[in-house]
Amino acid sequence: MSMNREILLRVENLTQMYGDRIGCKDVNFDLWPGEVLGIVGESGSGKSTLLNCISAQLQPTSGSVSYNTRADGLKDIYHMIEPERRLLMRTDWAFVHQNPRDGLRMNVSAGANVGERLMAVGDRHYGNIRNTAEDWLSRVEIQDNRLDDLPSTFSGGMQQRLQIARNLVTGPRLVFMDEPTGGLDVSVQAKLLDLLRSLVRNLGLSVIIVTHDLAVARLLSHRLMVMQRGHVVESGLTDQVLDDPQHPYTQLLVSSILQT
Amino acid sequence: MYVAVKGGERAIENAHKLLAEYRRGDQNVPELDIRQIEEQMSLAVSRVMTEGSLYDKELAALAIKQARGDLIEAIFLMRAYRTTLPRFGYSAPIETSKMQISRRISATYKDLPGGQVLGPTFDYTHRLLDFTLAANGESEITTDEADTRLDQNMPRVLDDLLRHEGLIQPEERPENEELETVGDLTREPLEYPANRDIRLQNLARGDEGFILSLGYSTQRGYARNHAFVGEIRYGEVAVELIPEELGFAIDIGDIEITECENVNQFKGSKSAPPQFTRGYGLTFGQNERKVIAMALVDRALRDKELGEEIIAPAQDEEFVLSHSDNIEATGFVEHIKLPHYVDFQSELELVRKMRRETTEKQAAQQAAE
Amino acid sequence: MTEQQTADSYNFAYLDEQTKRMIRRALLKAVAIPGYQVPFAGREMPMPYGWGTGGVQVTAAVIGPEDTLKVIDQGSDDTTNAVSIRNFFAKTAGVPTTDKTAEATLIQTRHRIPEKDLREDQILVYQVPIPEPLRFLEPRETETRKMHALEEYGLMHVKLYEDIARHGHIATTYAYPVLVNDRYVMDPSPIPKFDNPKMNDMAALQLFGAGREKRIYALPPYTKVKSLDFEDHPFVIQKWDDICGMCGADNTFLDEVILDDVGSRMFVCSDSDHCNERQAAGHRGPQNGDASYTPEAAE
Repeated sequence: MSMNREILLRVENLTQMYGDRIGCKDVNFDLWPGEVLGIVGESGSGKSTLLNCISAQLQPTSGSVSYNTRADGLKDIYHMIEPERRLLMRTDWAFVHQNPRDGLRMNVSAGANVGERLMAVGDRHYGNIRNTAEDWLSRVEIQDNRLDDLPSTFSGGMQQRLQIARNLVTGPRLVFMDEPTGGLDVSVQAKLLDLLRSLVRNLGLSVIIVTHDLAVARLLSHRLMVMQRGHVVESGLTDQVLDDPQHPYTQLLVSSILQT
Repeated sequence: MYVAVKGGERAIENAHKLLAEYRRGDQNVPELDIRQIEEQMSLAVSRVMTEGSLYDKELAALAIKQARGDLIEAIFLMRAYRTTLPRFGYSAPIETSKMQISRRISATYKDLPGGQVLGPTFDYTHRLLDFTLAANGESEITTDEADTRLDQNMPRVLDDLLRHEGLIQPEERPENEELETVGDLTREPLEYPANRDIRLQNLARGDEGFILSLGYSTQRGYARNHAFVGEIRYGEVAVELIPEELGFAIDIGDIEITECENVNQFKGSKSAPPQFTRGYGLTFGQNERKVIAMALVDRALRDKELGEEIIAPAQDEEFVLSHSDNIEATGFVEHIKLPHYVDFQSELELVRKMRRETTEKQAAQQAAE
Repeated sequence: MTEQQTADSYNFAYLDEQTKRMIRRALLKAVAIPGYQVPFAGREMPMPYGWGTGGVQVTAAVIGPEDTLKVIDQGSDDTTNAVSIRNFFAKTAGVPTTDKTAEATLIQTRHRIPEKDLREDQILVYQVPIPEPLRFLEPRETETRKMHALEEYGLMHVKLYEDIARHGHIATTYAYPVLVNDRYVMDPSPIPKFDNPKMNDMAALQLFGAGREKRIYALPPYTKVKSLDFEDHPFVIQKWDDICGMCGADNTFLDEVILDDVGSRMFVCSDSDHCNERQAAGHRGPQNGDASYTPEAAE
């Protein structure tokens, strides 16, 4: 088990029930550093429930989620004390929401949005915070003269890029993404996907991305998990799953994409 | 030459004298008697007792007189007096099912055991000003005695009638009810999340207008909960106390109360099956508007435990409970008339500074162009 | 009932002893955890919420027959609400009262800290309207308590960042938030930020009472109190171009006094006792005329 030291995240027998309805059931997987895992399935398949359980936002009914912390190695996130878990969530982890409004503070400037995580971990030099924010805006292709503007004056694609900058500024190791391109026009989507792909590659990020869009999954992820009615019905390397689907549900998903 | 403002003390004293004069009004008009207020302004007395959290008609009447008819001011006087009173103990729960009923109606059944008892209500009056009252020309009032006596144990619509079918949400009794102390907002600070006992106490003390508007908002779609009045009863109940040295209950007197239980349609949720659910309201004296509205709001505040989506103000516990108290509200709203010139001075300096900076910036820009 | 009978029918300093004990317990807890807001079962007082019911309850809980009380509002002993509160305690506790900061053992204040340094044998009681420094960033009590518990104060600095980005400086002039003992962010009550430095390392015990919000907090003597800022935008206090027109002081908080309707104005110390004392010692400001200043002449 010496390999354990390198695993970034381990999910074991994860189950979430809503009364007698299944949210997700008996999910197991390991995530490795630098790996991008796609979770696909149609709406209601349990992929968002799973993402919320893994990202410490929804305590699962049973099972465990362990994260390889810098100090203590693999540790169940739901056994951590709350300050430790919250610190993790604002330093090592990041969460990109489908709707940028859920991930941004709409009533403060773009600069403050990017700077918040820096200030939350104790940065108290205005000039440095501002420079870092400016740098990150340029990395997500937002002009630096928009630094003091409110996100509400941004287009949807810009808002999503701002959300990404706000998340990545503290140098997280693990990023959760929930349909990050979901609300955008097709042309804007393509640009954002490009940006995401280069950021993920250049920064060596580990990512768990939930999407119903197989094209997005194919472009970004190394590995795929297909979910149906709360169960993982198939998983494997992305190309393998998409080019040679084994499970009838995956076959259906893939063929419906090909037809459109 | 500048002279600092002095003499606040004398100004206050004179203001108080003038207030007394205004309260009395034209001294050729006979002075109001406390008993007159108690007897002829009984609904004002009800409200002051309820929101003042003190059952004493005479004191409430005095407060109304002293407050020049400003009911919130009167409630304030009651509260400030109440807080100085020693606490002898807590009464046993009142038995509203054993009420000496003056009025009892249900909207959910046309006819029901015990019957519909209209009692004293404005409901079917035509709202026409009665000028015989203006002329003090009222003739002697007589009411006819009923042919039959009211049922002494009038069944409760929700508990005795609806419950047979198991259709109504059961009111959970704690396992060791006698060991569970009921919260007391006047002795413990309000902390969130609050339990239902605290919520109900807060709503009962809450401002009638605020509760009314919130209740109304639920009916207009802001957390609609499809309510019917299951039962309203108004009348007298006995208050019993169990002195430690005796160990059994003794009757220490009767109080008038109004009670409302609403029945709400509920389609079921993740955590609860489809059923009828409840909202509850209670006040001292007679006040149906308040109890119905209170029951609507109580039900809306239970949405969290029923697993419903929280989307509207009436469902938001912190919003409702933090803003319902009219004594807190009127104090904070009105306090901005107190001197704030230190704060205002600081703001003055800031606004001047920012205007100066803006002007300078514009000038610099123009020069550059 | 006559006024005298009314006063006699209440306990010393109005509150009953049980209520005082409850408040004292909250005060002890507050002193033990500087800057932490302790919930307490605030009582209805015979003055409205917003008029200083929190401060009055704290004062009532700590005052004894041997105390000398001073009450100020906006720095002055003679504003109507200060007069009213002073009379309340003179009546219900029968304690001597004073205008002199140096003679008081207990000082209740609204919106100012006296200019004169306070001593170890003095207690300063603040009236607080909104005790929660995070309230206008996050309205929910359940959330703000969690933020304090977990020391999550990033949001507070976001606000200061926005001020600087927008105005070039921090645009908060009163109720300027402070960090207490390197742990809790605290609202200093609506004192001008001019007074913030006086809170740091103060010899006197500082107690804060919020009646409507039912919270008590405290700064034990000699506690570190730091106004929030950035390393490259340090906290600064207000400065005036003018000096006090009456006593000539150039280092006090000044109130602006409008003299007529064509824009003439002058500046006067907001701390009336401090100003009177300086004038009595012979200090003169430019608008002080020739007549020597006495409180009697001023009335």
